[in-house]
Amino acid sequence: MLFVKAEPAENLVVRGARVLDPVEGVEAVLDVRVDAGVIAAIGAGLDTNEHRVVDGTGLVLAPAFVDPHVHLRTPGREDEETIASGTAAAAAGGYCAILAMPNTDPIVDSAAVLSSLAENARAEAVIPVGFLAAISKGQAGAELTEMGELADAGAAGFTDDGRPVVSPGLMRRALQYSPVAGRRVAVHCEEPTLTRGAQMHEGIVSAELGFTGYPSVGESVMVERDLSLAGYEAQPIHLMHLSARESIEALSRAQAGGVAATGEVTPHHLCLTDEDVRSLDANVKMNPPLRGTEDRAALIEALRDGTICAIATDHAPHARHEKDVPFEEAPFGVTGLETAFAALNTHLVAPGLIALSTLLERMSAGPARAFGLEPPRIAVGAPANLVLLDTGSAWRVLEDDFRSRSANSWLLGQTLKGRVRLTVAAGRIVFEG
Amino acid sequence: MTPEITIMREELPPMRPPRRHLLSIEDLTRDDVERLLATARSFDQASQRELKKLPTLRGRTVVNLFFESSTRTSSSFELAAKRLSADVMSIKAAGSSVDKGESLKDTALTLNAYDPDVIVIRHAAIGAPQLVAAVTGAHVVNAGDGKHQHPTQALLDLYTIQQELGRIEGVHVAIVGDVLHSRVARSDIQALVLCGARVTLVGPPTLIPRGIEAMGCEVSADIGAIADADVVYVLRMQRERMLEGANYVPSLREYTARWGVTPERLRPGQKVMHPGPMNRGVEIDPRVADSPDALIEAQVRAGLVVRMAVLYDLLTHGPVGVPVEAAMEVA
Repeated sequence: MLFVKAEPAENLVVRGARVLDPVEGVEAVLDVRVDAGVIAAIGAGLDTNEHRVVDGTGLVLAPAFVDPHVHLRTPGREDEETIASGTAAAAAGGYCAILAMPNTDPIVDSAAVLSSLAENARAEAVIPVGFLAAISKGQAGAELTEMGELADAGAAGFTDDGRPVVSPGLMRRALQYSPVAGRRVAVHCEEPTLTRGAQMHEGIVSAELGFTGYPSVGESVMVERDLSLAGYEAQPIHLMHLSARESIEALSRAQAGGVAATGEVTPHHLCLTDEDVRSLDANVKMNPPLRGTEDRAALIEALRDGTICAIATDHAPHARHEKDVPFEEAPFGVTGLETAFAALNTHLVAPGLIALSTLLERMSAGPARAFGLEPPRIAVGAPANLVLLDTGSAWRVLEDDFRSRSANSWLLGQTLKGRVRLTVAAGRIVFEG
Repeated sequence: MTPEITIMREELPPMRPPRRHLLSIEDLTRDDVERLLATARSFDQASQRELKKLPTLRGRTVVNLFFESSTRTSSSFELAAKRLSADVMSIKAAGSSVDKGESLKDTALTLNAYDPDVIVIRHAAIGAPQLVAAVTGAHVVNAGDGKHQHPTQALLDLYTIQQELGRIEGVHVAIVGDVLHSRVARSDIQALVLCGARVTLVGPPTLIPRGIEAMGCEVSADIGAIADADVVYVLRMQRERMLEGANYVPSLREYTARWGVTPERLRPGQKVMHPGPMNRGVEIDPRVADSPDALIEAQVRAGLVVRMAVLYDLLTHGPVGVPVEAAMEVA
């Protein structure tokens, strides 16, 4: 289900870091030894076995991150991102696995397209990457893709992300059929008749700026529909990039009622509100849009209490000339792989809105479980998927420093606290900074 | 022979440093507005002279960049710049390189190579003036960006109200109609509230943006709410901005029946304004448009002197109230 370039596995000792694995319940200053890409020993004063030693003094060693929502723009827009550049960006962000969305050109709706991507990833992916396939052919919302064959070819799940599955009938069929594929269905919840021409959240700011609004109910009515269908069919469902308080309330109710529903939230929805759109900066334009203060508070609370189990960047690279236009003409989407941890550490952990351990869990085990992937963990015998973090180190986000081919980040020019010093993915060192 | 021109001394608030741009009414303080209106009054008096042209902006270059159709705004900016002796270049999107797919940024950079002092821009997209301001060295004046802002319209509306009623503070203005698609309404609400007027929005709930009360106005769906207004400001039904099938109103016929401004719905002496172009017989009854209480032509005349004041304010560094020639030396 995940594909990566074959590289020799690493021998490594990380010495004296604060090991923090919320899943394993570990929090202590320890050494961690990796033999041939597998965690071989955890303890104090470990022998180095002549392995390379990385000094972790004053740093946090955690399970590496998993991003369930990345746009790699390949095939079709390799000028914006490639598998090589996107996975290198992810490695720099502390990720050991990412899932790529199928809304490419051509759309990933056949085993042929998926297989060529998998082959491509085996040749150039710096970290393991999985590919979601489309729910409907051409993401046109009319006919199901060959979900069984796509799963056999390695699809990590199914989604029409970028657009909703408008027809409730087709959505029901996708859920009914998903056990045949053995993969989860993930949905972009948007009711298109409520979001026509929308540019930003509908509220006081849109009223003042004159933008056509994307009301919260434009998302939440679709969330409620999809949760009802998933409950009726007793199938799991994953709700992507939730933004509205009403959606969180619906998800929470469905979970309480026994629906196997998971949800994800992006760093930008956790850090910003529609007030930030007053800048008219095209790098705060995304779908779903930045919402109000109450929505942001509800997202943070849901992340804290576990209603939302996953942080997803929705990394959406765009060519510079396509964002260098008036706000109203700019495409939706911002990048996020290289800044997610630092942004959330700065805007949520530092002000005390969320504990570091919770953040780490929601960036790693949470998203992995939502898609049935093995959660990264720091335990003897587990494959080494590690991130070494300097939570106190400040750095400035600069356009030239991105490994991504695109720089449409809402954080450009900002100073953030929290740096990734080392990323180990599938037993290989993939980033050192 | 240089005519002897001075900006009239009035009770003026203290001068602030000159602003680089006029993108939104939000950029202005009440002092700024009062200074601009006072400057416009001086130009109004100068316009009564036989020789209307002033040397104030001699040697300055003003570029009018219009990506959307316009009669009033483009002609009045052009004439305002000419009355102040600036060199004016007016570019319309149709027939320019925009037809060849040139981006706004490249068009702006191209014009910037001529070192214009001011770029006046009208564009269908919100944020276009901000982009031009970011990539050029010129003072940028927003002459209307999508549904966002039209700050010089709001200033000329304030000017008109002040001239007609002698004050703005405490005046009750009812803005009637399609607020949702109206940049004029947004700028007017901000400007009127800034200057202490009372604003009531009247129209179908589908055409009043949700949450707009936060701008400091009242909202009513009942046309009866115009009864106690001093000024009834009629907005154009902007059919060209409405998405097909969006069903904002069941029909224009029903709109006109419920919210059309007719003589029967007005009381004598109530002033009527409209930013133009009018849809006679839709939002405004032709008898209202042609009545002596309609200030529509006064608005157009105000547009000229207000835009002269805006250009003057951006380009002269001396405080208003000193002779223009002296201000020129500083500039």
